[in-house]
Amino acid sequence: MSLILIAALPFLGALLPGLMIRSGRTACAWATASVTLTALIGLLVHAPAVMRGEVIQYQLEWMPLLGLNANFFLDGLGLLFAGLILGIGLLIIIYARFYLSRQDPMGQFYTYLLLFQGAMVGIVLSDNVLMLLIFWELTSLSSFLLIGYWKHLPEGRQGARMALAVTGMGGLALIGGMLILGNIVGSYDLTVILQNKELIQASPLYLPALILILLGCFTKSAQFPFHFWLPHAMAAPTPVSAYLHSATMVKAGLFLMARLWPVLAGTPEWFYIVATTGLITMVLGAVIALFKDDLKALLAFSTVSHLGLITMLLGFGTPFAAVVAVFHIINHATFKAALFMSAGIVDHETHTRDIKRLGGLRHLMPVTFTIVMVAGLSMAGIPLFNGFLSKEMMLDAATEAAWNGNHWLVPALATLGALFSVAYSFRLIVHTFLGPKRDDYPAKPHDPGFGMWAPPALLAVLVVLIGIMPALMVGPLVATASGAVIGGDLPYYSLKIWHGVNAALFMSIAAVVGGLVLLAMHRPLDAAWIRARRPEAKAIFDALMRAVTGAANALTDGLHNGAMTRYAAVFTLAVIAAGSAAWFGGTNPAPAREALAIGPVPLIGWILLMVATVCMVAYHRNRLLSLVLMGIVGLIVSVAFAYMSAPDLALTQISVEVVTIILLLLALNFLPKHSPVESSNARRFRDGTIAVLGGLAVGGLSLAMLLSDFSQESISAFHLANSKPGGGGTNVVNVILVDFRGFDTFGEIIVLGIAALVIFAMTESVLGSPVGAWLKQRPINPLEAGDRHPLMMVVATRVMMPIALMVGVFIFLRGHNEPGGGFIAGLIVAIALVMQYMASGFDWATARQRYPYHMIIALGVFAAAFTGIGSWFADRPFLTSNYGYFQIPPMGEFELATAMAFDVGVFLCVVGAVMLGLESLSRFAHRAGDRPSPYPMDIDPSRDLPQEAKDA
Amino acid sequence: MNHWIIAPVLLPALIAAVIILAARYQVALQRVFSVASTLGLLGISTGLLIESMSGRIGVYELGNWPAPFGIVLVLDRLSATMITLTSALAVAVVLYAIGSGWDKRGHHFHALFQFQLMGILGAFLTGDAFNLFVFFEVLLIASYGLMIHGGGAVRLRAGVQYVLYNLLGSTLFLFALGTIYAVTGTLNMADLALRVAELPADDTAMIRVAAILLLLVFAVKAALIPLHFWLPATYAEAPAPIAALFAVMTKIGAYAIIRMYTLVFGPDVMVTADIIGPWLMPAAIVTLVIGMVGVLGATHLGRLAAFAAVGSMGTLLIAVALFTPQATTAALYYMIHSTLAGAALFLVVDMVRARRQSEDDAIASRPAIAQNGLIAAYFFATAIAMAGMPPLSGFLGKLLVMDAVRAHDLVWVIWAAILIGSLIAVVGFARAGSMVFWKVETQPEDATPDAGPGTPPAALPFVATGSLVAGIVALTVFAGPVTAFLSDTSAQIFDRQSYIAAVMETPRAIEAENLPLEGTKK
Repeated sequence: MSLILIAALPFLGALLPGLMIRSGRTACAWATASVTLTALIGLLVHAPAVMRGEVIQYQLEWMPLLGLNANFFLDGLGLLFAGLILGIGLLIIIYARFYLSRQDPMGQFYTYLLLFQGAMVGIVLSDNVLMLLIFWELTSLSSFLLIGYWKHLPEGRQGARMALAVTGMGGLALIGGMLILGNIVGSYDLTVILQNKELIQASPLYLPALILILLGCFTKSAQFPFHFWLPHAMAAPTPVSAYLHSATMVKAGLFLMARLWPVLAGTPEWFYIVATTGLITMVLGAVIALFKDDLKALLAFSTVSHLGLITMLLGFGTPFAAVVAVFHIINHATFKAALFMSAGIVDHETHTRDIKRLGGLRHLMPVTFTIVMVAGLSMAGIPLFNGFLSKEMMLDAATEAAWNGNHWLVPALATLGALFSVAYSFRLIVHTFLGPKRDDYPAKPHDPGFGMWAPPALLAVLVVLIGIMPALMVGPLVATASGAVIGGDLPYYSLKIWHGVNAALFMSIAAVVGGLVLLAMHRPLDAAWIRARRPEAKAIFDALMRAVTGAANALTDGLHNGAMTRYAAVFTLAVIAAGSAAWFGGTNPAPAREALAIGPVPLIGWILLMVATVCMVAYHRNRLLSLVLMGIVGLIVSVAFAYMSAPDLALTQISVEVVTIILLLLALNFLPKHSPVESSNARRFRDGTIAVLGGLAVGGLSLAMLLSDFSQESISAFHLANSKPGGGGTNVVNVILVDFRGFDTFGEIIVLGIAALVIFAMTESVLGSPVGAWLKQRPINPLEAGDRHPLMMVVATRVMMPIALMVGVFIFLRGHNEPGGGFIAGLIVAIALVMQYMASGFDWATARQRYPYHMIIALGVFAAAFTGIGSWFADRPFLTSNYGYFQIPPMGEFELATAMAFDVGVFLCVVGAVMLGLESLSRFAHRAGDRPSPYPMDIDPSRDLPQEAKDA
Repeated sequence: MNHWIIAPVLLPALIAAVIILAARYQVALQRVFSVASTLGLLGISTGLLIESMSGRIGVYELGNWPAPFGIVLVLDRLSATMITLTSALAVAVVLYAIGSGWDKRGHHFHALFQFQLMGILGAFLTGDAFNLFVFFEVLLIASYGLMIHGGGAVRLRAGVQYVLYNLLGSTLFLFALGTIYAVTGTLNMADLALRVAELPADDTAMIRVAAILLLLVFAVKAALIPLHFWLPATYAEAPAPIAALFAVMTKIGAYAIIRMYTLVFGPDVMVTADIIGPWLMPAAIVTLVIGMVGVLGATHLGRLAAFAAVGSMGTLLIAVALFTPQATTAALYYMIHSTLAGAALFLVVDMVRARRQSEDDAIASRPAIAQNGLIAAYFFATAIAMAGMPPLSGFLGKLLVMDAVRAHDLVWVIWAAILIGSLIAVVGFARAGSMVFWKVETQPEDATPDAGPGTPPAALPFVATGSLVAGIVALTVFAGPVTAFLSDTSAQIFDRQSYIAAVMETPRAIEAENLPLEGTKK
């Protein structure tokens, strides 16, 4: 089976349990098991070739740009790990079938488990470090799901998050390390990296890469000081603990260290970091394990200790130690998985994992007892069991190691670790199973069904078989796998029980004796341990997390506190700072133009502008007054346009001013008349300073612009030259609007239309809310004019209406050649209509308005768009204009341009948008109980005349 | 004459007009028009994307005026990619809005939605700086309408801040354009590129100011710190489908930066080279960190998603700030990813809101929601994507970015920021996910199980969100071909000469006009 398929099978198969659970738990388990079994068989098919020393490869391009390819390879090390993952996985699947209760969603469990399995297989088969990273992080994610599987348990959720945080952190460090490694070598392919030992170790980036990679490995393999997450991950269901946290995932770190051993190991840095960490972890884990009462916690710390042991062996950097590491990986996986499953059985049957509440189970659960005894003795390192063999070899390797010239430190500590190992192993056996039978078990203990004890029993059998016949059972596997780790010739070693009388034997004896003594003294030691003040990793981690989250929250909410003034201040300051830095970093030539002398008219305008602006600052709290002042500013700007020979702009500006002031007046009706003081004096001073700075910056920039010339001829020369011959109009401004840059106008009229739609939609939603209800019920202000629709105004506006419309048409028609155009015309017509609303009232005017304003906007967009599309039929681009001169007898020659149709669109959009906005705002004015007046004016003398006077 | 280039702008504008003309009060009809238009846009932009793959730059001269005197639309690989991304996102969003009933909560949803699309697509296609401003206005005003769709005091307040802040940006845009025009006398981007390169060496101050002001304008859109303040509240308070659509709005800023600062103020334009990349980079790094810290510090899912968006913009802008072809490829890949993932995240947040009492999205223990498992799975997937964890495209994008910054002076800072940022985000997402989906309150015995508010079992929201997730998966699986195309894209971006040549030397549609009347243009 191709390697990618082996790695992919569990992922693909992960869908199965979720579906198969519908046909029962057993079917679900079988489906899951068959997936794993298929992958295992696929793997084992390759075994003979790998044993012969071949390397199986599979390559698939994924992201060649990055050097990320789905490359896989299978060598001895990969085979060993993949075999462990799939083999133990199969046992776990069977075990879990009986372990999980009916309430647990089994489909989910198996799905997560298969995801995890796929990720693990992926790690050990990857031939591309980036691929490996992906699988690596996937194990973190899937283990997050598995640890949090019992999501109703807080320990599960917290354990899951802790594991994710710690291993996730390591994973991210690993990413950095791998990228550096790839950077040094120039390839992300493992097989290439593994051949570049000299290059890597000579690189100045070796140490950073090493540290980052080791961070990944240490967090994953629960090495000190990152060991604390593992015991908390034990909140997971026991099959998960047995699988992830003893046999496979925690070994991923070891795997990676072993994988990269050929290129990273052998330097002092490697030795001091890896071996020391391993040594500390081994001793520390073993010591803590002795004092844990929870079966799973004991096993968890024992796992930490054994992982430390293997790390230490890899850290030694000698080929022999590497062989021992590989051998111990096999042994540890067998006995520890068996022990975890047994612990699960005890928990399952007695409903407790507390050693202090157990004891005397020997007779009640004989099968479990046998399994635990076999595996436990192996863990203690007692002869005839496989743990003994690798422990002896470990002690042997330790005697070779010198720590900073010190030859006894490592062996002594290794012995100490082994000693505690013996102690907790025996405690596990003795305190749980031996001793008198108790009568206060939470449940009546008995051995479980066959399905549940068969998997650990199988492992226990392996423990014994390897222990007795190591060379026969695993000799070739150890040789092939170690060969892959060392990447060269194997050192001399022999897998056998009796190595003769050597230092390791004495150390071993010392460990066993010492361990038994320790166990005998357990009660007083335990009491002392409980009294001692120890740093509690979980408390520290939780406090850290709380602090970090709290700080993050404070920073985020403090920074983004919703104060618009602050946001605007930061904005302005940032713009001023960046702008002035850019300005002063460049050179500015002498002004190209002379400033004009200031004549009397501009001076007056300027003074008015200044006064209005200053008054605005002083009186802005009076909103009506500020509106008036705004009107002055707008007027002066219009005058300025007119003065500077821009009549189109002046016309536009002044009509826009009128319309906006009217709309704002309408809006003001529903707002408080005064703005309250909301900020302190200091704050206002700060804001004022910023505003002045901003004004100065803009003013300075404008002055610089006014005094400079274009660097090259501006495009406006073309516009001037082509306005008449190309656009058919002599008013360049209008031709620019409807022709040269008609597309801009098309966008802008749509902006207007959208604005009106938004006003409409907002009005609807506000009126439908509690605010709307309040508005309807608001009291009538007695100061409001009683005469809402004065006679004079009604009459005047009616008289003006046709005139205004006429002016609108005139302005529209002359637009192409003289100042005017659709935009201005639209505003004028809108003003004429608005006047009717103001004078005669909303209801009266609406009743006479036959075309909904929505429709007018839409028609405007259509008119503009279809004018543009029309040119497609002449095979021209959108908005290509055409014009012609036509003779209409009484009027003489007449110009018609397609731009005019476009201008109609502009006109309609402007009218529609202004009127829709007005209409929407007016709706706020309706109060409950308002009756539309049947008359256009409130006071009409003709109504009051007697009937005969009318008749006359 | 090929008119397809303008279709992405015209189609939504016309459909929106049809909706306000004929279907103002018929939601069902609006939906039909809106979905049809959006699907049509997807089809058109896919067609344009395929056309752009040839490497030929399509130029559409509006009004048949030659560049630089008229306005041009330009279709190159970059703009084609962006419009395809936008219309694909729009399909998912519009389906979600329909499925969740969001479009019925106020007036003119679909009309504004179409106008919004018009604005976004126009901004991607235009080759004229002022026209870009116009489209910015279109999309800003439409987005404001969409943002406050459905009303409510909190949303309206956030909406006011949004529109005010962006009006500040628009004002700045005008200043920048005025300055640019004052110096160069042109607005066409290709022409600008030519003229800026030929500026006299002693006259640099003003163009530098213009360049930096324009950068700040785009930075506002791209939510670059310290100009990002509009984003968190806006995204958190906007209707979630709209927040999902906004995932592409920040990308407009990034797109505009890529476009203008490779074409006009490119890395080889000495006048501005020292103030663009070198200033953008630190700000981008801070943006990344602030965003990710926000993910951890958020107390509500909406804000969490908003800050995740800020953080992803940081990562994206780091890649943009390098202005190298390799980094731009990374930026484009990450851009596609973060658009899809960010949008999906908002939709997932909305699914939670829709199933909780009074649309509450607090990251806290609440009674179990309907379809908890499925929504949790979606959240898990989108969180993985946003945090940049394997195996989804976020991780690949992150790797691409990290790979691209290798030669940069700040490489260690950037790597640390990206990796630590990811870690913070992972912790934040894990915390939020386990609080919301795992730590559910047990219902009191007497509470009726179906007392929860509006638990719509509608499939459409799931399909819409699922399609975005599927998009992320596809982006991951087909990372090879996608990055190959994107690296062609960035090669084209940095080949300024062909862009300029295409725009400035496009033959007129009809060279010699044979119209009966003398309307001949020069």
